[in-house]
Amino acid sequence: MSPVDGSGISNPNLPVDPAVREGRVPGRAEEEIPELHEVDCPPELQERIETLMGRYPDRRSASIPALWAVQERYGWCTPDGIRQAAAVMRVTPAYLESVASFYDLLHTKPVGRHRIEVCTNISCWMRGGDRLLDAFKAAAEGDEDFFVTGFECLGACDIAPMASIDQRYYGPLEAAEAGTAIEQLRADAEVLPEKALAKRGLAGDA
Amino acid sequence: MPHQLEKRVLLDHAEDPSLRTLDGYRRLVGGYETLERAYKDLEQDEVLKELEDSGLRGRGGAGFAMGKKASFLPRGDMAKYLCCNADESEPGAFKDRELMQRNPHQLIEGIAIAALAADAGHAFIFIRGEYDEQADILDAAVAEAYEAGYLGTNILGCHRDLELVVHRGAGAYICGEETALLDALEGKRGNPRLKPPFPAVQGLYGGPTLINNVETLSNVPHIVRRGAEWFKGFGTEQSPGTKVVSISGGVKRPGNYEVELGIPTRELIYDLAGGPEDGHEIKAFFPGGSSSPVLKAEEGLDLPYSFEAMAEAGSMLGSGSIIVCDDRVSIPHLALRTARFYHHESCGKCAPCREGTNWTVKMLERMVRGEATPLDLDIVSSVQQNIIGHCLCVLGDSMAMPVGAMVRKFREEFEAVMENPELVLDPHAVVQAPPETLGASV
Repeated sequence: MSPVDGSGISNPNLPVDPAVREGRVPGRAEEEIPELHEVDCPPELQERIETLMGRYPDRRSASIPALWAVQERYGWCTPDGIRQAAAVMRVTPAYLESVASFYDLLHTKPVGRHRIEVCTNISCWMRGGDRLLDAFKAAAEGDEDFFVTGFECLGACDIAPMASIDQRYYGPLEAAEAGTAIEQLRADAEVLPEKALAKRGLAGDA
Repeated sequence: MPHQLEKRVLLDHAEDPSLRTLDGYRRLVGGYETLERAYKDLEQDEVLKELEDSGLRGRGGAGFAMGKKASFLPRGDMAKYLCCNADESEPGAFKDRELMQRNPHQLIEGIAIAALAADAGHAFIFIRGEYDEQADILDAAVAEAYEAGYLGTNILGCHRDLELVVHRGAGAYICGEETALLDALEGKRGNPRLKPPFPAVQGLYGGPTLINNVETLSNVPHIVRRGAEWFKGFGTEQSPGTKVVSISGGVKRPGNYEVELGIPTRELIYDLAGGPEDGHEIKAFFPGGSSSPVLKAEEGLDLPYSFEAMAEAGSMLGSGSIIVCDDRVSIPHLALRTARFYHHESCGKCAPCREGTNWTVKMLERMVRGEATPLDLDIVSSVQQNIIGHCLCVLGDSMAMPVGAMVRKFREEFEAVMENPELVLDPHAVVQAPPETLGASV
């Protein structure tokens, strides 16, 4: 039978799904787009997201940048923050949540203020990435300010084993330097200045 | 001074931090002169022809001819787009990071000229979210280029417009796949699309879209400036040009080296990257990132490093990223480590990839725990066969090819591990050399 109009049924005794003739009837009302006045969005966040939307031919392209903005403001993609962004962007919160949950760097659960991603992929693994991760976990244990996680290839195999600390790359790191880095972060000092990727020269010039 | 084997075109003057600024880019390498000439004197077809004649092959992995790809875009008044794929996430690849960090204007100029060839009015650089530092550098460079009138409306008074947006991803390997990149750029989850239609016909927002890798686009100003013949003077007939090769793993001097394509692989690994650590030998290597089938040292080291030679050897040049495994690396553990990556990064849309990566990891885990039977090796191989070619994109294939090659080429090692689980109770003892002996001098 045709799935569209129910015509051409070969056996008229078989029951026909009413959806074929009448269309699907949702079990409950679809989620609505929250109104701005319902969500109490901080004006800076609203302005930021509106600016981001203006950069694209289609406003929905700003969903990842908007979620970055939410995460920057609240430390993670909080349900309230997502509702605020959804209200500004005129999409449903579920839509933004589906986006946030897809990407590794957007957190839909609370995380520490300092984020440390340790690469454990092939090149780093060969050079002790797993042990570096253990060292960071041990050094930060019990401190809610820190979020330490293993991460897939960060694109810095030349400085393996390496870690991304608050979105900046450091390597090659000895396990002992994990503790140093954590102490420096606690003291608000510059982190491992000698190991920053930004300060490295080209490999061929060494 | 760079090694005599290096041929720096894209990385010319890259050691100078001022190259990052507009002034430095103009002063050191004559930056934006080519853009000016292209916008003022050249027609779309002239730029396109130069790119096609050069034979420049895409540097992102597939190696498709860039000029040909650009020529697939239909002509007409519809909105067309250009996307620069800067979502470099392939394990082993870190060349785009270097290019963006050291010479962002070269990429911007390349994008502006490629946009002329594609007649695109909107361009995007989709950069992976982890590359925050490089995205900041690009943001600053794009602002400078707007300020100087190389981007924006009525560029250099030539009645052409180009908007360029740096778009940060948020951590997903799959977004390096071109159609998943488009979905992510449209603000969705990064799922690949069914092809055809190809992005050149129906891409971003449904419009014709040209998608090219950072290194590919960075080549564009050089080709348009010095001509296709000059470009073909480097490399081999089927792989013209220079290539920034990322070398990592068990070598003394890991890093990015720019060489002519076709250079012997041995020279890349030994002369440039310093070869394996003292007292060790190379066992195998990935010639083109983690997705390329591994080559044993004896079958791969003497091949020329080119698209065609690697394809002939049953592997691929891919993104041009060599991961060297020395004699300390346990291949079954390497297979597991590789499979885990693809399992984590599978978007879950197609069953063969979602389930195949999952079961491959489970079976390999059983093997290294000593709980598998030799039959499992055949099952692992058949799972790889059933993934290849059965999904919307090649993420699953990218696991199936290297893992399949490892089982095929190092079967005895898998069997040894399965029979002697005590060997692998502490994987660090087998797999990982202490970091103080590996690359501590770098």
